[in-house]
Amino acid sequence: MAANQDKYFRKFQGADVISIRDFSEEEILFVLDYARRFEAASAPVLQGKILATLFYEPSTRTRLSFESAMIGLGGSVMGFTDAAVSSAAKGESVRDTAKMIEGYADVMVIRHPLEGSARAAAEGAEIPVINGGDGANQHPTQTFLDLYTILKNKQTLRGLHVGFLGDLKYGRTVHSLAEALSHFDCRMYFIAPEMLRMPAHILSELDQHGITYSETENLYEVSRELDILYVTRIQKERFPDPLDYEKVKNVYILNEKLLEHVKSDLKILHPLPRVNEIDPALDAYPQAEYFQQSKNGVTVRKALLSLVLGVQL
Amino acid sequence: MTDEKNSSVSMEMRISKLRNGAVIDHLRPGTAMKAIQVLGVTDGSTLSIGMFLDSKKMGRKDLIKIENRTLTTKEINKIAVLSPEATLCNIRDYQVVQKTKAHLPREISVIVRCNNPKCITNHEKVGTLFAVVEDNPLKLRCRYCERAMSGDEIELI
Repeated sequence: MAANQDKYFRKFQGADVISIRDFSEEEILFVLDYARRFEAASAPVLQGKILATLFYEPSTRTRLSFESAMIGLGGSVMGFTDAAVSSAAKGESVRDTAKMIEGYADVMVIRHPLEGSARAAAEGAEIPVINGGDGANQHPTQTFLDLYTILKNKQTLRGLHVGFLGDLKYGRTVHSLAEALSHFDCRMYFIAPEMLRMPAHILSELDQHGITYSETENLYEVSRELDILYVTRIQKERFPDPLDYEKVKNVYILNEKLLEHVKSDLKILHPLPRVNEIDPALDAYPQAEYFQQSKNGVTVRKALLSLVLGVQL
Repeated sequence: MTDEKNSSVSMEMRISKLRNGAVIDHLRPGTAMKAIQVLGVTDGSTLSIGMFLDSKKMGRKDLIKIENRTLTTKEINKIAVLSPEATLCNIRDYQVVQKTKAHLPREISVIVRCNNPKCITNHEKVGTLFAVVEDNPLKLRCRYCERAMSGDEIELI
């Protein structure tokens, strides 16, 4: 096992974290297992290391949890949070910016509206690049923390019944999570209004993995089956037509009534921010796991920073 | 004379025999011009192009003859993305010296445009690169935005 672990430590040292697709089932499980070390213990193992945060798009949780993770491990953080104040405003390419940043930092996290931007940045830089979200494509550290939260609550990822609710069309978190869970033979339930159904290309990939899934608009049809309910916000900013957004924005509002129709050990996850889809009255119940999930983001990002920088806790 | 012989004679009348060079045959109808673009045969070589020719095997096909220039297997493989059935014959003194069928490479670089308008390759100077996920029906995946694209969505750069 130790030899196996060494193999993974070597593999992650200096590696980029661009897409959950780049990781095998064993590598995912290794990261989740390693992250457990950061739950209780902490040490300034990244002292003297610098994280650059390149945020071309707004972010609260991802940026702050990366900062918290880096500072928590004794490292330092620099960066920008608005493309308008970076050289992108002068027309500098993502690759050039990444190449330049490698002279200033030891690792960088990038969020950018263009899909594939993190991959292009990684090709430009010698230091590890972590994708903090590239348009509607990937957000791999979110997927790692979602998996970590599920594993922590259910002690396994295998064979779970997982419901995905809300905006399944535009939500990158649900796409990545469904892809990642396809390694673990989970039964999936996609609950969404017609216009926000899971895209055909994701369903086709699940078919290739032999995953059993079903689609419905009615949460209560399947709620009793679920071990995990992953809720997403209907993302106003992704709708080309505002009228379409108005039609579906409040289609699902979870409240205490839901608890009469679910297993007692159901856990509700949400990548946050929420708007109306979860009534704050639910926050007090043990099923509500979303704030702990958000907290797990720091733990998992600590583990990933430590791995790519090759400094073990 | 049978219809088939008639057809063969009329094709020879349209495109004369090649002494030295390369013949790309069994191109899907309407793809010859794109194939020339992909092959980059713009060095002044004399080209003869037949489009929408009768074909027993394909119904209709395109054909390209390039004088005084042979092509490599790697080059013919580049056009498999347009015409998976394409064949190459290199000719010397009217004799076929090499006959090759196009094979789809596992990766296709630079020649195909990503159809995702939000992909970085459509905004910055980043050369496209696609993994061939499935051969038949053709399915490509962009290395950058990870969007899958079917054969009928392919647009050349």
